[in-house]
Amino acid sequence: MRSLLIAAGLVTGAAAAQAQTPELTVYTYDSFVSDWGPGPQIESAFEEVCGCDLTFVAAGDGAALLSRIRLEGESTEADIVLGLDTNLTHAARETGLFAGHGLSPELDLPVAWEDPHFLPFDWGYFAFVHDADFDAPGSFTELAESDASILIQDPRSSTPGLGLVMWVKAAYGDEAQAIWDGLADNVVTVTPGWSEAYGLFLEGEADMVLSYTTSPAYHLIAEDDPTKAAAPFEEGHYMQVEVAGMLEGTEEPELARQFLEFMTGPAFQSVIPTTNWMYPAVTPPEGLPEGFETLITPDEALLFTPAEAAEIRDAALEEWRVGLSR
Amino acid sequence: MLELEALSAGHGDFRLTADWTLAPGRIAAVLGPSGGGKSTLLDVVAGFLAPEAGRVLWQGRDLTPLAPGARPVAMLFQDNNLFPHLTAAENVALALTPKRRLTPEQRERVEAALDRVGLSGFGARRPAQLSGGQQGRVALARALLQRKPLLLLDEPFSALGPAQRGEMLDLVAELARAEGATVLMVTHAPEDARRVADAVVLVAEGRAAAPAPTEALFANPPPALRAYLG
Amino acid sequence: MGMPALLSRLAGALVALAVLLPLAAVFWRAGGASALGPADWAAVRFSLTQASLSALLSVALAVPAARALARRQFPGRSLLVTLLGAPFILPVVVAVFGLLAVFGQNGIASRALVLLGFEPLSIYGLHGVVLAHVFFNLPLATRLILQGWLAIPAERFRLAATLGLPPGAVFRLLEVPMLLRAAPGALVVIFVICLSSFAVALTLGGGPRATTVELAIYQAFRFEFDLGRAALLSVVQLLLAAGAAALAARLALPPAMGAGLDRVTPRWDAARAALRAQDAAWLTLVAAFLLVPLAMIVARGVPGLFEMPAQVWRAAGYSLAVALGSTVLTVALALPLASRGGEVLAVSAIAVSPLVLGTGLFLILRPVASPGDVALPVTAAVNALMALPFALRVIRPELEAVRSDYGRLCLSLGLTGRWFWTRVALPRLRRPLGFAAGLTAALSAGDLGVIALFADPERATLPLQMYRLMGAYRMEAAAGAALLLLAMSLALFWAFDRGGRVART
Repeated sequence: MRSLLIAAGLVTGAAAAQAQTPELTVYTYDSFVSDWGPGPQIESAFEEVCGCDLTFVAAGDGAALLSRIRLEGESTEADIVLGLDTNLTHAARETGLFAGHGLSPELDLPVAWEDPHFLPFDWGYFAFVHDADFDAPGSFTELAESDASILIQDPRSSTPGLGLVMWVKAAYGDEAQAIWDGLADNVVTVTPGWSEAYGLFLEGEADMVLSYTTSPAYHLIAEDDPTKAAAPFEEGHYMQVEVAGMLEGTEEPELARQFLEFMTGPAFQSVIPTTNWMYPAVTPPEGLPEGFETLITPDEALLFTPAEAAEIRDAALEEWRVGLSR
Repeated sequence: MLELEALSAGHGDFRLTADWTLAPGRIAAVLGPSGGGKSTLLDVVAGFLAPEAGRVLWQGRDLTPLAPGARPVAMLFQDNNLFPHLTAAENVALALTPKRRLTPEQRERVEAALDRVGLSGFGARRPAQLSGGQQGRVALARALLQRKPLLLLDEPFSALGPAQRGEMLDLVAELARAEGATVLMVTHAPEDARRVADAVVLVAEGRAAAPAPTEALFANPPPALRAYLG
Repeated sequence: MGMPALLSRLAGALVALAVLLPLAAVFWRAGGASALGPADWAAVRFSLTQASLSALLSVALAVPAARALARRQFPGRSLLVTLLGAPFILPVVVAVFGLLAVFGQNGIASRALVLLGFEPLSIYGLHGVVLAHVFFNLPLATRLILQGWLAIPAERFRLAATLGLPPGAVFRLLEVPMLLRAAPGALVVIFVICLSSFAVALTLGGGPRATTVELAIYQAFRFEFDLGRAALLSVVQLLLAAGAAALAARLALPPAMGAGLDRVTPRWDAARAALRAQDAAWLTLVAAFLLVPLAMIVARGVPGLFEMPAQVWRAAGYSLAVALGSTVLTVALALPLASRGGEVLAVSAIAVSPLVLGTGLFLILRPVASPGDVALPVTAAVNALMALPFALRVIRPELEAVRSDYGRLCLSLGLTGRWFWTRVALPRLRRPLGFAAGLTAALSAGDLGVIALFADPERATLPLQMYRLMGAYRMEAAAGAALLLLAMSLALFWAFDRGGRVART
């Protein structure tokens, strides 16, 4: 009986403590919260300064994240959604669920950023990754003419897959169909997600895999393996900019805004390069980790605005489908 | 008294009719050619087959609406009379209760039943460890313990050799008479009928004839029996 | 006699509602269905083609393998029968990596060909999809057909021997009739499971030509957020499966396991050296086809075992709990549903898209529970549903055999209702129940289920943790986790399957 009373006392005590601590719920993609992603470090860093309880809720990848928010609508428990990219933000804004962030931090992005709803937390360039001793083609046209074999992801189920479709479209516009027709015989296969393609590449199934210019940094820094490289393409490289936004219906607007501010600060940004293996949106004061200086830096950064991306998406996807169905 | 009242039953195109009575305590052999309806007759009495017309009565009570387990009937089948995963004693005990645990009194009765069929000490064996004849005895012990006044035998000993079969039939007759049970036993063999049966029910061409005294019947066989005996 | 009708109806209603309510929820949220386009119908056609080919080929190859197992006794036979179950219970990604290690551009088969001066193999395309599906389903087909072979009474082979019938005549007179009864059921479960193939078809399909219905559902759901179309495609998939299941159910019931898989009937017609060699060749081929990729998974995984972080072990614990929960639920559903109608229902149920099922469950459960909190129970329940047709395929013929062998005896002894189940049916069904429970536990341990929408970061299952390792570039540790998963699935399968076999006479 006595221990029951004590237990009851503990429960009420905990409940009382909880009532005093504000809670912030952040929806994000699964690999962000995994034990090897940025999530755990960021959670403890933010909780140190906010006096709040930060909870990450994981939902598949970026597209699944948006689907979940759409399914939940106004009843969502999310205060923040973190992990959409610019191919998704147009549809996200159309839902009317997102609030303006009202922030204007200094960003280290190769492109100007003026989105009132979404703030970037990291970014990267798509690129074909290969073994350093492989003589990689230097453009899509060279690739199409070469015998080089590539592994790509399906744009319908994978964000990098869609990024590639956008890349070809941004670089070639009306000529994109011809590029896809030419690439058809280079494509070994199309995988459901990034993990499968990258895994197949490491097993030696193809010469190159669609990934990021930052991928070789993982092998170099985490595995001390300098044998992976990204191929610079003449046309420039399409960017993936990963963003977060706060919900209109949040009960903690101040806390949510505090999180978005924290997100572009050094405590958050310094975690990104070696957990998400992307470029931080704001370079932390200590600079990028050693090894990142070896990465290629494209001459030209390609990126559609969210509205453009939404407008051309279906036509670009159809070109991809037609080209690769031959 | 077992009473088949203007009975008609069957499946598909086949019909069996019967309209007769059998006095209690009698042993009747059900004899006739294959496909004549012997098993159908037993199925109707046991309750596995509902009659299309007529009734089955026991001591004046209509059995027709009763489920097989609720009828005053115990039955031995052609095969699968014992559950292979249960011991001989467990198989016999099912006559008393479906429960796994027995009272000391029930255990005694099971032992006694096994004893009566000559299987003392065999209770712990499983069917696979028993001979065909011994398996028949276990099934008989169970039927005995069910204490049902009507015992149906659908050729349960047909796989045994002639000597063993005779022995089993003698045992059935002995026990049935001691218990005062009424028996209907299907058989192919006229010598089985002569050995133990008081009466013979001749089943042929969809008709089960009224039981006729065995000796008289064999002394002066009707055409159907003559045709069967060849 | 048997299950009270009420209980059977209840279980049937539960399974039907578990599929129909989520579907209805998605339609309701979508505000109706939207029309299918030509690309959707192309996906339906491709799904039908690959599923039919996969089912036909799996069963066709299983016939000689099952025949060899049925008529040959050799050391390691029982181990081989257990190991042959392994591909079926592997998570898709793991199996694909195992296959690629053999048949891929850089696989051992390709490397051998290149050494001999030939071109390397190309596994990508329709043939690759079918190859992978055969790899998954050949073992199940072999087990189901082996069951049929062993149910042919030994007396018939003795009779054939005394008549001096040649092997061809034995095949025609004894084996073909059995195959006509056993094959349709095997064909239909494999067809249905391949119908909703997603990751295999996509990874090995080689491009957008290999678009299955499930991928079209992904596109509708994630890309266009067209829930009405996603749900409608799911209904199309469900109807195709139900049609196939109903067709197969009209054909005869497959034979029961009878005396069990350990028995080998002496075969006088098969004593010739040529036939011995033929059986040996088939078994070697099938065993190599199934076991070499498994060996590659083991080889890939061993170095990673030492790099697996502690979280992987915790995830294994959650997966074990999910597997055991699914097993209890599947067995509880399989017993009342072991009927023709129950089997058609269960086979149709697995054709509903996991994505749509997950979405519907999410819509239904979210108002009453936090999705993360119910992640593990939902995963266990969905996995139980997915394993149900396989459990039924194994249990139902056995239950029918118990009914036909002992039904009248039970009736005459008054062993009905629960007494029939506890004293007769369950003890008689030990072996098939063990096999079915083993299949369910292993399938459930390896299945990702509908976890994406329900993911709980704190309680990730082993397959999810493996994906996370892959997503974080840690391919070697992921291979270690895959090996752990394989070992755990096989151990579960073995334990239940064995448990069903001991202490039975």
